[in-house]
Amino acid sequence: MSKVIVVTSGKGGVGKTTSAAALATGLAQRGHRTVVIDFDVGLRNLDLIMGCERRVVFDFVNVINDGIRLHQALIKDKRVENLFILPTSQTRDKEALTREGVEKVIAELRKEFAYIICDSPAGIERGAQMALYYADEAVVVTNPEVSSVRDSDRILGILNSKSRRAEIGEEPIKQHLLLTRYDLDRVQRGDMLKLDDVLEILAIPVLGVIPNDPLVLQCSNVGMPVILEPKSKAGQAYRDAVARMLGEQVELRFTQPQKRGLVDWLLRRSA
Amino acid sequence: MQREVASTTDQTSRSLPFQVRGSLQAVLALRLLDPEDPEFLAKLVEKIAYAPDFYRDAPIVLDLAAVTDREPIDLLQFAEELRRHRLVPVGVQNAGAAWLAEAERAGLAVFAAGGRGDAAAGTRAVQPPRASRRPTAATVVREPVRGGQQVVAGEGDLVVLAPVGHGAEIAAAGHIHVYAPLRGRAYAGIEGDESAMIFCDQLDAELVSIAGVYVVNEEIDTALLGRRVRISCMGDRLHLAPLP
Ligand SMILES: Nc1ncnc2c1ncn2[C@@H]1O[C@H](COP(=O)(O)OP(=O)(O)O)[C@@H](O)[C@H]1O
Ligand SMILES: [Mg+2]
Repeated sequence: MSKVIVVTSGKGGVGKTTSAAALATGLAQRGHRTVVIDFDVGLRNLDLIMGCERRVVFDFVNVINDGIRLHQALIKDKRVENLFILPTSQTRDKEALTREGVEKVIAELRKEFAYIICDSPAGIERGAQMALYYADEAVVVTNPEVSSVRDSDRILGILNSKSRRAEIGEEPIKQHLLLTRYDLDRVQRGDMLKLDDVLEILAIPVLGVIPNDPLVLQCSNVGMPVILEPKSKAGQAYRDAVARMLGEQVELRFTQPQKRGLVDWLLRRSA
Repeated sequence: MQREVASTTDQTSRSLPFQVRGSLQAVLALRLLDPEDPEFLAKLVEKIAYAPDFYRDAPIVLDLAAVTDREPIDLLQFAEELRRHRLVPVGVQNAGAAWLAEAERAGLAVFAAGGRGDAAAGTRAVQPPRASRRPTAATVVREPVRGGQQVVAGEGDLVVLAPVGHGAEIAAAGHIHVYAPLRGRAYAGIEGDESAMIFCDQLDAELVSIAGVYVVNEEIDTALLGRRVRISCMGDRLHLAPLP
């Protein structure tokens, strides 16, 4: 049984592509045949983050519009077994994807892959709707700030109304919250929303909390999904999220301030 | 006076619901060598995918010179399949009597004989017409070509005097010259001219292609990256050589 999982958010720049790349890589590392598709036509950067941009010949849009076979466009990852990337076009616009075309590609991928991860463009319009239409599950990427939470709320509404599952009355898309760029200091100071505040508004199960981590940018600059960097806290948090996706019970990390030293403790006790 | 003339023209065009104009654009010819090849469409589609936007919705004349002695195929269905791949067959040329009847049935126009009439036996199922190079003015681009943009010179050479960014595409029937960094994709000889070449001041292309033969960035010798390079086609391989 294959699963189509859309990584979506409404808002741009919250970490969708970073997350899609990390989750897909993590699932493949755990032995599941996985493909990650770039739905962000015209702004492709999944291939950059996955470090395969120098190997792209054909893309998703060619498969849909130009009769290129899927296998000519799929790129096999060089580092991780079982991992494939379907890049997108930079010279077309979102109109290049048709519902029928996407359906055919997904159906073909389902025959071969256990997980099909769809990296959605920002927004709630056509492009984002195309990416989520065939999804079985959704990872809603949210940053701990009000505007991002609002946009996630809107995308949750669209998942419930404009997806194939909603239209044909099947069981609704399973929704997961992935809270990213979580900056504990700023949350403590009250500059950013706490996990609990976000949960109160969105009310969906938490797949993970990914700390804000400068290594994320460093990794994407060299074309490596951050989950492959053992030193990265964000990478560790993505690994936990993958384990939860596979049904394992893993406690949330990076959501509580670290225990400070003895002095701290004494101070707090005397306060 | 000027005004009056203008208004007269206006009058005429208003009394008739159309205007007959004598212009005819260049039309691509597709010479059929073995239209019954079961892989025909797959091979064609693969061929045109190297410059897909150039062929998209392009009017096409089917050149039947090489098959005119054979039994005609079902052109109605064939045209339908081409249209499904967003090629628009508009007519035939070099057709014998049987094929003409078939063309008429399929609603295709008959074009005057064109191209070389001899049925040069090719091994490929599809051979784009190798337009003998007529001197055509080159297309000159002075502004940077940004990611997501495309510049196509359907005829002749393309000269670009500014950088071609990552994610940009440039294409030409003839040669391509880029007097600046080439970081996007470049397709020369998009109508099948294997003698077309690509020249650039600073090679960092995502992909370069001549007449459908291509290499991607990763396959380029790193010693050539960032250098002035000339790229030519030798059979089914591209040859990349540094320029002095
Ligand atoms: N956990 C994180 N810590 C720090 N920076 C992050 C984190 N996640 C994403 N980023 C940065 O945020 C920016 C946007 O990320 P991206 O994945 O491209 O977002 P989207 O696909 O939603 O537009 C990038 O510069 C990325 O490096
Ligand atoms: Mg993105």
